[in-house]
Amino acid sequence: MSTTTLTETRGAGQSGDKIFSGATLAAGCLILAVLFSVAMFLLVQALPVAGADPAEITGGEGFSTYIFPIVIGTVVAAAIALLIATPLGIGVALFISHYAPRRLAQSFGYVIDLLAAIPSVVYGAWGYAVLAPELAKGYAWLAENLGWIPIFEGPASQTGRTMLTAGIVLAVMVLPIITSLSREIFLQTPNLHEEAALAMGATRWEMIRMAVLPFARPGIISAAMLGLGRALGETMAVALVLSGGALTASLIASGNQTIAAEIALNFPEAFGLRLSELIAAGLVLFVITLAVNMVARWIITRHKEFSGAN
Amino acid sequence: MSKRIDVKDLNVYYSKFLAVEGVNIEIKPRSVTAFIGPSGCGKSTFLRTLNRMHEVIPGARVEGEVLLDGDNLYDQNVDPVNVRSQIGMVFQRPNPFPTMSIRDNVLAGVKLNNKRISRSDADNLVEKSLRGANLWNEVKDRLDRPGSGLSGGQQQRLCIARAIAVSPEVILMDEPCSALDPISTLAIEDLINELKNDYTVVIVTHNMQQAARVSDKTAFFNIAGTGKPGKLIEYGETATIFSKPTVKATEDYVSGRFG
Amino acid sequence: MTSATLARRQSHLTKGKLPSYAVWLVLGAALVFGAAAASLVGFSAVSWGLFSALFFLLAATAVTAVVEGGRKATDSLATYLVYGAFIVALLPLLSVLWTVLERGLPGLSYDFLFTSLNGVTGAVDNASVANGTPVLGGAYHAVVGTLQITLWATAISVPIGLLAAVYLVEYGTGGPLTRAITFFVDVMTGIPSIVAGLFAAALFGLLFGPGTRTGFVAAVALSVLMIPVVVRSTEEMLKIVPNELREAAYALGVRKWRTITKVVIPTAISGIASGVTLAIARVIGETAPILVTAGFASAINWNVFSGWMSTLPTLIYYQILTPTSPTNTDPSTQRAWAAALLLILMVMLLNLAARLIARMFAPKTSR
Repeated sequence: MSTTTLTETRGAGQSGDKIFSGATLAAGCLILAVLFSVAMFLLVQALPVAGADPAEITGGEGFSTYIFPIVIGTVVAAAIALLIATPLGIGVALFISHYAPRRLAQSFGYVIDLLAAIPSVVYGAWGYAVLAPELAKGYAWLAENLGWIPIFEGPASQTGRTMLTAGIVLAVMVLPIITSLSREIFLQTPNLHEEAALAMGATRWEMIRMAVLPFARPGIISAAMLGLGRALGETMAVALVLSGGALTASLIASGNQTIAAEIALNFPEAFGLRLSELIAAGLVLFVITLAVNMVARWIITRHKEFSGAN
Repeated sequence: MSKRIDVKDLNVYYSKFLAVEGVNIEIKPRSVTAFIGPSGCGKSTFLRTLNRMHEVIPGARVEGEVLLDGDNLYDQNVDPVNVRSQIGMVFQRPNPFPTMSIRDNVLAGVKLNNKRISRSDADNLVEKSLRGANLWNEVKDRLDRPGSGLSGGQQQRLCIARAIAVSPEVILMDEPCSALDPISTLAIEDLINELKNDYTVVIVTHNMQQAARVSDKTAFFNIAGTGKPGKLIEYGETATIFSKPTVKATEDYVSGRFG
Repeated sequence: MTSATLARRQSHLTKGKLPSYAVWLVLGAALVFGAAAASLVGFSAVSWGLFSALFFLLAATAVTAVVEGGRKATDSLATYLVYGAFIVALLPLLSVLWTVLERGLPGLSYDFLFTSLNGVTGAVDNASVANGTPVLGGAYHAVVGTLQITLWATAISVPIGLLAAVYLVEYGTGGPLTRAITFFVDVMTGIPSIVAGLFAAALFGLLFGPGTRTGFVAAVALSVLMIPVVVRSTEEMLKIVPNELREAAYALGVRKWRTITKVVIPTAISGIASGVTLAIARVIGETAPILVTAGFASAINWNVFSGWMSTLPTLIYYQILTPTSPTNTDPSTQRAWAAALLLILMVMLLNLAARLIARMFAPKTSR
């Protein structure tokens, strides 16, 4: 039994090692290739737009005139979502990490995570059928009384299917993202800092302002950025909720459109140049979300101590 | 079933950092050799180079020769996997595989390498290995229970059984008792005394009484200061090292004056 | 020391503090005044809630500021806002779940589950409304499509995601390639789902001619969304497998690939499996990529490689946006909500399954 020498090779075993590590490497590279080809294929399919006669593009004035309003629409919808969801998300995260009774905190966390489990098309249907009619009353009041502010200019939409409604639905959808990331970071606040603040006689809110929020700031920023990335790319909620149209300043009237919804609404019937247009629009969306996400990831990696957040 | 180890001019590096420098040592078959020394002196690092386990750490490499009955472990076409199946290792903390039963843990070395083994051969191997590790009587009625359900000392003996089931020539032990209570430690020390009838045993320990109790020969490692490489200071019969060492540093260490 | 001094010392600590029932008094008053203010602009649950909340915040803060001082007032304002945030976050969740249950339950029948929309036209819907007969047509074709597409997406994503995660954790050396993969996996988690759909459509459009729409194209699109999720969760799980187990296996002379497949992965399998289940739950509700890749069908299609396919999310979408009968939308709406309920049930079941898997297959740590 002890006659085996060190140089005796077990060929099968060694090639098994090579095959397996090769397979894992291939899978890793495949992911890079997929991301690269996503960019390439979109680029190739979008190319016809570049050479097309501006008059042939939807709207008749070239691609940039076509894409500009829906880029603005996309950004506005996401901005509304973020304006609502960030403070709310931080509040909910603080509630779970520092305010709720310890025994219930985890269950509350699960409940908020349920928000993330609901499919986007269901949110869209809910926004279309429940939220929009409810908000329409409020919009009428806003148009009547605050109509002199451009964003509340009338005539208010009768159905409530407006940019503001879409933004609110998006806010609900990105809320769990912002909440769960912020919660993780709040829980990582060094106990020593918190206790030091409390020992100085700080109230709970002063402790949070002195110890928790400064520690968590980069994490909150990147959580908001990831939420923004999600809101920018979200399709169904907007496609169902927003009764789209031309770019207008008013958030409570029909009109405006986002890239993702524009694609979803028009792609099934599109062919030829229209198809290329929509794919080009998708490429623009891809670049915007890519930039937002990369900045968010960059913030996270710069603050390595928050890596537990993802 | 036991081979000698000769180490010639061995240097161990972590990337560019020289961790252990210029070790020469001869370890006889069927003996127990203890490595002692202060923390960070490189004794565990050196132990790992004896079965090429240091290669698991990225950037770790060695210069020099380690001969197992004359065959250099670091020859070009030597497969580290073959080295490790001949030189087994027991670790600081007991680490039975949590997904496997006691029986499967003992057979892990065989089964994980996909060797075919008949049911009766397997039963015999399990019993032989567990008896060899003084564990058979305690676990024979619950071989299908998970290994992680045993006590710390039992788990460590299970790990020893697992190591001897692949019939190695040499067993390396890296502070095998440091996570155990005194009674479990005693059981392991008794076991080491029996193991040397069949195997070459090399043990790293922080506990000088343990080294004195179990080993035939003792090697003292020391380090000149932080950032300096560890060195083998003195190597000899355990009795000599503990009663009249030739080097001042060894005397200081074994008499408890530092470290 | 007498009991009188003890009592005085206690009162010293509680001096200038509002009694605990004060909050409830303020809340009650706020609700009353909120109702009054709401009726001025048109009473509804929403306006009542808004005004009451506003009055409560103002009044409670003001009362605390007067009795306990400014610092305490800020603290209690923050507390009310934080509690309020949680309540506000719960409202949409409850509203969505309630809506789906209320509107979905009437339509969720055996017939709905096991008939397709094949042959259900506007005339059929008009007839069922006019005669008051049950709504015909169901979601069987969409359930078939959902399961097929999700199954294929899983079959593509899990091996790739698993292997890539193994590469990152077990073989990655922290070099540029490892960092690039980690970074781009993170970036990939942020790809908008519609873009993933466009990619698959563009890819198959180039390979098999424009307008190629099948279930398989949709599965590829979903894989783009699913792979990063699988990689991330598997990576996390592999990382928490103690290194000692790998070393134990190596020390037995076990090869690296067998160590990974027989020791590391089995130890982490519960976490990996629950991560995969959550990834499935995530993509099963995706709509946008299906719209642009699988088209829409009303008949049952078992073949993912040819012909258009429907899934539950696209069924919901089209039934709401383009009802089968433009004049009588009720049957379509009913089908949409029933499908939404079915979809939510599937997602919740998958989430529950993930929890159970994580618990059941966790390595046995004790007897």
